[in-house]
Amino acid sequence: MHIVVLAKMVPDPEGPPSSFEVNSAERRVVPRGIPPVINPFDENALEAAIRIKEQVGGTITLLSLGKNLSRAVILKAVAAGADASVLVEDDSLDQALLDSRTTATLLAAALRDLEPFDLVLCGRQASDTNAGVVGLGVAVLLGLPAVTLAQKVEVADGRVVVERVLSDGYEVVECALPALVTVSGEVGDLRYPSLQAIRAAKELPQRVVKAQELGVELPLHPWTETASLQPPSRERRCRLVEADSPAEAGEKLALLLREEKVL
Amino acid sequence: MRETDLDITVIAELDEAGKPTRLTLELLGLGRSLAAQGGGLSAVVLGSGVEEACSELASRGADRVFFLDRPELTPYNPEVWTPLLATFFRERGGGLVLAGHTPMGQDLLPRLAFSLQAGLVTDCVGIRAEEGGFILTKPVYGGNALAGMKAATPLALTTVRSRVGEALPPSASSGELIPLDLETPAEARMRVLERHRLEAGECPLEEARVVVSGGRGMGGEEGFETLRELARLLGGAVGASRPPVDAGWAPTTCQVGITGKVVAPDLYVAVAISGSSQHLSGMGDSGKIVAINKDPEAYIFRVSDYGVVGDWREVLPAFLSKVRELVSE
Ligand SMILES: Cc1cc2nc3c(=O)[nH]c(=O)nc-3n(C[C@H](O)[C@H](O)[C@H](O)COP(=O)(O)OP(=O)(O)OC[C@H]3O[C@@H](n4cnc5c(N)ncnc54)[C@H](O)[C@@H]3O)c2cc1C
Ligand SMILES: Nc1ncnc2c1ncn2[C@@H]1O[C@H](COP(=O)(O)O)[C@@H](O)[C@H]1O
Repeated sequence: MHIVVLAKMVPDPEGPPSSFEVNSAERRVVPRGIPPVINPFDENALEAAIRIKEQVGGTITLLSLGKNLSRAVILKAVAAGADASVLVEDDSLDQALLDSRTTATLLAAALRDLEPFDLVLCGRQASDTNAGVVGLGVAVLLGLPAVTLAQKVEVADGRVVVERVLSDGYEVVECALPALVTVSGEVGDLRYPSLQAIRAAKELPQRVVKAQELGVELPLHPWTETASLQPPSRERRCRLVEADSPAEAGEKLALLLREEKVL
Repeated sequence: MRETDLDITVIAELDEAGKPTRLTLELLGLGRSLAAQGGGLSAVVLGSGVEEACSELASRGADRVFFLDRPELTPYNPEVWTPLLATFFRERGGGLVLAGHTPMGQDLLPRLAFSLQAGLVTDCVGIRAEEGGFILTKPVYGGNALAGMKAATPLALTTVRSRVGEALPPSASSGELIPLDLETPAEARMRVLERHRLEAGECPLEEARVVVSGGRGMGGEEGFETLRELARLLGGAVGASRPPVDAGWAPTTCQVGITGKVVAPDLYVAVAISGSSQHLSGMGDSGKIVAINKDPEAYIFRVSDYGVVGDWREVLPAFLSKVRELVSE
């Protein structure tokens, strides 16, 4: 069983709002004082891959595409349970300039070089684009069947069985391999690697390729354009209830809401 | 620009009972207001036993309702739906396609985009027509920025959140119903084996006028009991930020935020929630927002209308009994 996990590097999405500086003129978000991390849903995807490997055996390749990929971040992810990594990396792969089409096309090309594989796992969406498009794009380009929004992924008898999140529950979908599955947070957090595993991971094979080496004619005409980028306007003026005790504040809040016809 | 470039098509989603979902009707309302620019408004329905749904769509704003009625079209299977809809939209040329940002819309539209080589913008929170096309607004970076996107292709696809459009009341004038003549693909590489529905009624979040939500600071399941009591009193529903859902204090269906549900009730009460962008992205458009948090610096106070600084364990019981007194008056 060969599983490829698509893992994107993003500025830590749990950083406070002040750490995402919106540069409207250049239509890009500049992270301030927050480290790069693996997109959380991609970590969930890696965790799902590791569990499958524990069940049925096999190897896991981590595939990441971008500019200036942090080796420390990749190493920690690989150490959690992957066997190799491939980085598609060069200066042209600037997140602010990449659209879903280009990203998916390059990842699909990189995946062709990794054949044969049985399963491609990726995140349900990246925390920066908030798109949820690239995984399915890769599937269409490679002609793979794809199941989205997995809360559980299991492999048996040459098939993958996925619990797919719905708004009022979930459905169980069975799909032929090779396939692509996009993974949701319900799968569970990625395990922490031990220090020993991190040391050992330094010896695992890592290949770094440039976008031009993938045989894709760049630049591709994008299908979407960013016309504007603005910070959200969501601040309100808050009336704080003053009182001598929290209990009194609770009572006063109810009275205030009644007075203001909110209740 | 060709005439079809202004045409708007809504991909209908039907519920278990075969009725158009509320979001589908909202999209028709949204499509109607956008179609004022000169294009027509259509709906496309795939499913089995869709006759009634088609009539409803035709009375709720659609000029034309295209439909394909076959047993193999229910439940939704992307392997069956994608080639059918790709053929349908290829024949129609340009225009704007609206689908709900639901598990189905999120699954279907990216496949269509890559099959049709068309621009797609997911998770739209606003659409406006502009010279030569549409500007589709969506949150990026977990809601820390709003991007105005444009398709660079004649066909523009989008998934839209709930509450962006408003459903139109049923009208007597009714659109045309047009059966489609398309071949369903012979084979699908995947199939749905079972469906599990969580109990409805526990959390009819999207419909609620009042939502009472708890965060990590609730500290456990018991806290949510208090929130449920408050919600009951106010005739509302209980929501949660992500940590309580992850911890199992509240069901997954309660999650509010960028990867949960999007709500815009008249009143949103956020208890022990810090106000992350991901959470705000799901409730920021609420009428009035009330925050209870023990940390005076919590960001939630910056985005709320009313607030109490304090431990919910002390604030909430007093608030609850005063509310009980007020509503019983
Ligand atoms: C890709 C991605 C998607 C996400 N999607 C979502 C989503 O859809 N929805 C969502 O909500 N989150 C989402 N998150 C998580 C989000 O980033 C935050 O981590 C989360 O919203 C924080 O929840 P919280 O406010 O409950 O917890 P915290 O940020 O830990 O805040 C807890 C608050 O409780 C207060 N508190 C503690 N004890 C008490 C007490 N006794 N009385 C009063 N106040 C108290 C504290 O002062 C604090 O402000 C997502 C994250 C990622 C990375
Ligand atoms: N640059 C990238 N490198 C590796 N994987 C990626 C990259 N961009 C997107 N992906 C994968 O595709 C998923 C969806 O991305 P998106 O469509 O941008 O939301 C992510 O969760 C990743 O698994």
